[in-house]
Amino acid sequence: MTDAGTLPVENLGQNRRGSSVDHRSRRTSRERKHSLAGWLFIAPFGAVFVIFLVAPLAYALYLSLFTKGLATGTTFSGFGNYVKAFTDPSFLKGIWFVIRFSLVLIPVQMAVSLAAALVLDNVTSRFARFSRLMIFLPYAVPAVIGALMWGFLYSPSFGPLQQLFSLIGQKAPFLLSPTNIFGGLMNVVTWQWAGYYVIIIFAALQGIDPTIYEAAKIDGASTRQVAFRIKVPMISSALILILVFALIGTLQFFTEPQVLGPIANGTITPYFTPNIYAFNLAFTYAQFNYASAISFALGIVVFIGVYIFLFLTRKRGSFLS
Amino acid sequence: MTTVTAAPSRTHRTRPNVITHLFLGVLVVYFLVPIWFLIVASTKDAHGLFAGSAGALWFDKNFDLIGNLRDLFTFNDGIYLRWIGNSLLYALSGGVGATVLSVLAGYGFAKFRFRGRNLTFAILLGSVMVPLTALVIPTFIFLSQLGLTDTIWAVILPSLLSPFGVYLMRVYVAEAVPDELLDAARLDGAGELRTFFQVALPLMRPAVVTVLLLSIVGTWNNYFLPLAMLSNSNLYPITVGIGLWEGLASSNNGGGQSLWSLIIIGSLISIIPLIVAFLTLQKYWQNGLTLGSLK
Repeated sequence: MTDAGTLPVENLGQNRRGSSVDHRSRRTSRERKHSLAGWLFIAPFGAVFVIFLVAPLAYALYLSLFTKGLATGTTFSGFGNYVKAFTDPSFLKGIWFVIRFSLVLIPVQMAVSLAAALVLDNVTSRFARFSRLMIFLPYAVPAVIGALMWGFLYSPSFGPLQQLFSLIGQKAPFLLSPTNIFGGLMNVVTWQWAGYYVIIIFAALQGIDPTIYEAAKIDGASTRQVAFRIKVPMISSALILILVFALIGTLQFFTEPQVLGPIANGTITPYFTPNIYAFNLAFTYAQFNYASAISFALGIVVFIGVYIFLFLTRKRGSFLS
Repeated sequence: MTTVTAAPSRTHRTRPNVITHLFLGVLVVYFLVPIWFLIVASTKDAHGLFAGSAGALWFDKNFDLIGNLRDLFTFNDGIYLRWIGNSLLYALSGGVGATVLSVLAGYGFAKFRFRGRNLTFAILLGSVMVPLTALVIPTFIFLSQLGLTDTIWAVILPSLLSPFGVYLMRVYVAEAVPDELLDAARLDGAGELRTFFQVALPLMRPAVVTVLLLSIVGTWNNYFLPLAMLSNSNLYPITVGIGLWEGLASSNNGGGQSLWSLIIIGSLISIIPLIVAFLTLQKYWQNGLTLGSLK
């Protein structure tokens, strides 16, 4: 089973090129039937794709080009909503927060996950196997519940922090106050996702042929050198893949701040992240035109962010190459 | 890996190391603390929760798990069970549906050559990058035009969309299902459907289980989509339901005390099914999660 996973993804491209050659050489009725069958296999997914991805996006794009005024009714405003969005302090504050949050969170999360995966790859004790499962456990916990659990732990009225700090005669910090919220949220998200990343990195490490380490050992490489000169470079595409997913996920940050909002005494503003802002515009203020524009503007920012990242880490044969 | 030269590396790998085990121990404690808190807190009555005898991370002298469970399942005519049932419905129908579509499309992309295939697959890959939560509000507006919001379909149908699932299946099928085998079946006179079900599908089983598990977890854990789509609390999945209780509990501080107990025990019960599923299905997902992420 694992060896199916170890086969390189870049073969995709080669298969494609190879097959189009013999495709062109001969086109019989049997092949035309074959081609129709291919379309039929894709058709059900294609229908869902068009209805629930293409159509909503097209409709939202259309809506975002209009403005609804109380006196004027709905009028075409072109890119007016986008100009408004990118000069709207609420939206810009949210964007700035998720960008800052990604820049701090993702490296920390990756460092923790990579360290844990490298350790798990090196030790094969029963405790290591147990740890692997326990580290992964939060992935099975919905983000809503994860955020709530940490909310409880942070809580001044029934969390353990106050007890811990009273041992040394201090007042516990409230981790959801405006100054601490950044770290408080970082902890929640790291707890929620690090285990998933550990498992993916660990699986990639297990796919490496161990005789390579042997050769390095004979050449006098230390465990540390094996880890950073051999293991890390060999799993770089797995790392890039999860970094991309982490980036997409973090820029769309919604659930955790939304759930912690009610117990954070007003720290979580209605425009705390762009997604929360769009949600509130749509469902609290019924400004669907502007909410669509905000959703689109966020999508544009995510796309740019991901492409900048892929450009900076570009590597032959990686995901989406 | 059974060669003699690999043997020394094995002995090196198993050497016990205090520091690494200490590091793992710290990680395990960190990842388990919130769940431990939840277990302990769900055995406390309202008084024990706020002013317990042994602190937040140990059991109170008054052990009230049964009372809490009774409150949970009877509160508001047992709305909690209804939410769990809704979550099961959404997760299973969304997950199974998304998996069926991914399997078919992945097979189609991997094993057929047809005009426009490269273009469609490129569009698919691009859509993996589309932020799915940024899609929620457009989908809401679109579905409200069709009068489908605030129905179960508003949650199930968008959950069927899983471009990443198609991508995973495509990668897996391309490697695990040999063309020769399919051609042999066709030469023997099997139609395309029969070839798919009897020859290809059995070979795809590990990837099918993985995609199924990932989509079920994704739908079960989803919060933004049902939160936006549903306003009738009878249709809520457990994530949105617990979120509703949390909002109520924090908006009236005095009367909210008993609700906090419900939220805690409700959270604990709601994470048990997935944790059990993950612990029992380890063999599948531990291998399967690596699909498409290697090299």
